[in-house]
Amino acid sequence: MAKADSITAYERVQAARNGKRPMGSYYIEHMIDDFVELHGDRRFGDDAAIVAGIGYLNRIPVTVIAMERGETIEERMKRNFGCPEPEGYRKALRLMKEAEKFHRPVICFIGSSGAYCGIDAEERGQGLAIAENLYEMMGLKTPIISVVVGEGGSGGALALGVCDTAVMLENAVYSVISPEGCASILWKDATKAPDAAAHLKLTSYDLLKFEVVEKVIQEDGKTEREICSALKKYILDEILRLRVLPTEELLDGRYEKFRKIGAFR
Amino acid sequence: MSGLKEFFTSITKGAPEQQPPRVCKNCGAEIAYPDYVANHCICPECGTYFRMRAVERLEATVDEGSFQEIDRKLKSKDPIKFPDYAQKLDKAEKASGLNEGVVCGTAKIDGIDTALFIMDSAFMMGSMGTVVGEKITRLFEKATAQNLPVVGFITSGGARMQEGIFSLMQMAKVSGAVKRHSEAGLLYIAVLTDPTTGGITASFAMQGDIIIAEPKALIGFAGQRVIEQTTGEKLPAGFQRAEFQLEHGFVDIIEERPRMTYTIAKLLAIHTSNVQ
Repeated sequence: MAKADSITAYERVQAARNGKRPMGSYYIEHMIDDFVELHGDRRFGDDAAIVAGIGYLNRIPVTVIAMERGETIEERMKRNFGCPEPEGYRKALRLMKEAEKFHRPVICFIGSSGAYCGIDAEERGQGLAIAENLYEMMGLKTPIISVVVGEGGSGGALALGVCDTAVMLENAVYSVISPEGCASILWKDATKAPDAAAHLKLTSYDLLKFEVVEKVIQEDGKTEREICSALKKYILDEILRLRVLPTEELLDGRYEKFRKIGAFR
Repeated sequence: MSGLKEFFTSITKGAPEQQPPRVCKNCGAEIAYPDYVANHCICPECGTYFRMRAVERLEATVDEGSFQEIDRKLKSKDPIKFPDYAQKLDKAEKASGLNEGVVCGTAKIDGIDTALFIMDSAFMMGSMGTVVGEKITRLFEKATAQNLPVVGFITSGGARMQEGIFSLMQMAKVSGAVKRHSEAGLLYIAVLTDPTTGGITASFAMQGDIIIAEPKALIGFAGQRVIEQTTGEKLPAGFQRAEFQLEHGFVDIIEERPRMTYTIAKLLAIHTSNVQ
């Protein structure tokens, strides 16, 4: 796999955000057979920024949870441009618990600028919703595979990102803060976002090097269908590997995956 | 004030008595340092809560001489070589007298053995990079191994952007350690102080068995300016304050600072009582 250094970090960010880039629903449609969408958090409402349900990956029953921003403007309004409300994260957690009960692996597709920043989201506990997902996913007794397919925007992305295997598409990005946010805080100038993007080390190859993700799926020079089928094959192999592990070993591996991330002296 | 004495002597700024007076941002009152500490770092004139330093919190919370610090020397390795970060760390160290934004250790609170972490906003706003994440993770692991409850005093602007993805991943790392501590049947009390925001609210601040907040503390996920810019709405009065969080069901107790240690001790005692 050739690492294309000629593409800047910010160009990757722009590719990840591209309005025509396939999001969660595309991968569900092309990867999952007999998909049945399941709605609602059974607490407050149903958040259309997260599409979730069950179906088959090849012939293995799986639970799929995907961020989705929609295609048309109407759909984007409905889906809040892919920024989940607390209900979205609670729906995700509800269905992960259900997956655990029925021993189904969980596949998460991540692609969102971040958790929704609004008064209502705060009133209903956006922070708590993410915190609960991190906490519960750390102990979920079934394999979790998370795939960053677009923009992995901070805590709102990580809320579906606690997993046994993390995958990124080549042009996806994953960051603690958006390059614009970083530039405006540090240099009081959002137009310096391209610099911030380079410094934040947010590309798939950066994260592979840091061992934050286990796999990068090549995109450059491939069609969407080819990318999707390479991704499907990788996910399937990982599920076959993970699902035979004793639960304790699975959870110890997950704990260790995150436990080792750090750089101190 | 023996702990304060040691602390201030160690950062060569003289004994606590020689500390400059504190000036209240709200009413302008000047408060002699010993009076300031005796009054729980609250303005005696107008009642405004100052942000407490970790050493001041420690002094106000633990039984004298019982604190044993762990991992004091841990420092960041600047994992993504972020511009000016190394200098910022040096500056924060000198300004705060600390190596990082959290102080961890074990102590007795009213005679009860406890693991303790205290964040300090004087070090880069208490933001969480890999050192803060590692220290808190190690503390929970130690508490799990030694069957200790954890009391955490939280103040933080969130994940530290200068360590990029490494900072974000600390949220998951600490959450894992909190979960294992909880599964061992052990108590975690989170005390949220001003400000508790961003990735900290979205991880261990909201994972306590019991969540206590100080009056009027800012507690939330999204920053207020970001919300205003995103929605174009004006924020209601008291938005994201401790009282707002209590009203919406996200904190158990709002406790005044002078009663904080008493309340924590009472909660610890209830959890360590073992009536047959």
